Amino acid sequence: MMNSAVVMRDLSVTRGGRRVLTVDGLDVAAGSITGLLGPSGCGKTTLMRTIVGVQRFAGSVSVLGLPAGSSELRHRVGYVTQAPSVYGDLTVAENVRYFGAMVGAGADAASAALAAVDLTDLAGRRAEQLSGGQRARVSLAAALVGRPALLVLDEPTVGLDPLLRRRLWEFFAELAAGGTTLLVSSHVMDEAEHCDRLIFLREGAVLAADTREGMLAGTGTTSAEDAFLAMLGEQVAA
Amino acid sequence: MNPRITFATGARVLTQLRRDHRTVVMLLVLPSVILGLMCWIYSDIPGRFDQIGPRMLGLMPFVVMFIVTSVATLRERRTGTLERLLTTPMNKLDLLLGYGFAFGLVAIVQAGIATGLTMTWYGVDAETRGGWAMFLTASTVAVFGAAAGLFASAFARTEFQAVQLMPAFVLPQFLLCGLLVPREQLNSTLNAISDFLPLSYAVDAMAESVERGGLTGQIGRDLAIIGGSAFLALAAGAATLSRQSA
Ligand SMILES: Nc1ncnc2c1ncn2[C@@H]1O[C@H](COP(=O)(O)OP(=O)(O)O)[C@@H](O)[C@H]1O
Ligand SMILES: [Mg+2]
Repeated sequence: MMNSAVVMRDLSVTRGGRRVLTVDGLDVAAGSITGLLGPSGCGKTTLMRTIVGVQRFAGSVSVLGLPAGSSELRHRVGYVTQAPSVYGDLTVAENVRYFGAMVGAGADAASAALAAVDLTDLAGRRAEQLSGGQRARVSLAAALVGRPALLVLDEPTVGLDPLLRRRLWEFFAELAAGGTTLLVSSHVMDEAEHCDRLIFLREGAVLAADTREGMLAGTGTTSAEDAFLAMLGEQVAA
Repeated sequence: MNPRITFATGARVLTQLRRDHRTVVMLLVLPSVILGLMCWIYSDIPGRFDQIGPRMLGLMPFVVMFIVTSVATLRERRTGTLERLLTTPMNKLDLLLGYGFAFGLVAIVQAGIATGLTMTWYGVDAETRGGWAMFLTASTVAVFGAAAGLFASAFARTEFQAVQLMPAFVLPQFLLCGLLVPREQLNSTLNAISDFLPLSYAVDAMAESVERGGLTGQIGRDLAIIGGSAFLALAAGAATLSRQSA
C-alpha cells in the first residue's frame, strides 16, 4: 500500500459555470516526484489550486492527512504558481526573505533557497530586471524557503534553458530523496522522464495514473507521449 | 494574526514604496503644494484661505492615500502574490494591518508636513493646540483613505478602473462636505446626504480645530466617526480577500 501525501475522492470543480475537473479517485505518493501531465487547458492548474487550498471544490481532498485548505497545512505545503508571483520592485533576496518570514524561516534559509536555484549571484537584483526564467526561479526559491513537506510546482521548468532544467530536476530528485513530496505539472510530455509517477490529465479528467515504469510497461511504449496516446486510444475504444 | 507576519508585511510595503520615488513625492509633497497654491490664489482675499485651507487639508490626504492604496492592493491581487500569500500562514488581517501600518506611517508624515506648512508659511492662525487637532484629523483621514482604497480595489479589475473609482468616491463628498457651501446652507435633502458622508466630518473637524484652537468634544466625535468608517472599510476589505475562489 503506497503512502499518500494527497488523497482525492469524488472531486469536482466548477469554474466560470463550467465543470472543469472531475476526479473519482486519485492519490499522490509521498516522498516521490509525481508528474501531472496533459495539454494546456486540461485542468492541471485547477487540480493544484485545489490541493493548496485556494480553489473551491466539491468532494473530499486530504493533504498530508488533513482536509485541503486547513490552516495547519499552510506551513507544510509550498506552491509555485504558473506565472511567477514575486514582487518586481523588491530584490531577489528581499522576495525570498519576505516569503520566508511568512513561514518563520530566517535569513540563512533564504540564502540556502537562493543557492538551491542558482540565484546567489543575482540576490541584489530587482525581480523586474530579470528574465522570465530567472523570475520563475525566484518564485521557486520563495516556496522552498520554508522546507515544505509537499511542494506543488505548476510548470516550473517551462522556458528554462536545457542545462538549467536538468539541474532543477536533479535538485527535485534530491528533495524527493530527502522525503519531500513533489507534484510537478507540465504540458511537455518529455518531462515525464524525470518523474517517478505520472498522472495523465485530459479535458478535466484523469486518463491514467501509475508509476512511470508501470505506465510504459502497461501500454507497451517507451515514451510518455506514446503512453498518453495509447491510453487515449483505449479510452476511445472503451 | 501573527505580529511577525504583520510587521514583515508592513516593512515590505515600505520598501516597495521607498523604491518608487515618484509615489513618495506624491504622497508627501503633493498635498502641501496644492494647499500652497490655494493659499496663493486666495492671497488677495483676506481671511479666505484661513477658512478654506484647513478644510481642504481635511480632504486631501483621503484622495492621495485612496489612489495609492487602491492601486497597490489591486496590483497585489493581479500579480498572483496575493493568492500565493494566502497559501502561506499569513492571515488576511496580517495583510491589512501590514498595509495599514506602512501607509499609516506615511500618513502621519504627510499630515505633519501639510499641517506644519499650513500653520506657518501659509499663515493659518490656529494656535499650537489647534495645530495638533488639525494634524490628528489629517492623519485619521489619511488612514481612512488607505482603508477605503483597500476596499475599493476589490471592485476594479485593472489599474485603469481603480483610478476611475477615485472621482466616484471623492467628488460627491467634495461637493457636499461643506467646502464649497457650508453644510448648514445646503437644502435638507443634501444636508441629510452629507451627514452620511465621512469626509463631511473631516471638514467639520478641521473648521472646529481652527475656530476653537484646540481639541474639542466635537472634534473627538468627528474623528471617532472617521475612524469608525476606516474600521468598517477595513472589515469590508477583509471580506473581499477570500482565500478560496471559484
Ligand atoms: N479563472 C477562470 N475562470 C473560469 N474558467 C477558468 C479559469 N481558469 C481556468 N479556467 C478553465 O478551466 C479549465 C482548466 O484550466 P487550467 O486548470 O488552467 O488548465 P491547465 O493548467 O492544464 O492549462 C480550462 O478549460 C480553463 O478555460
Ligand atoms: Mg496551467
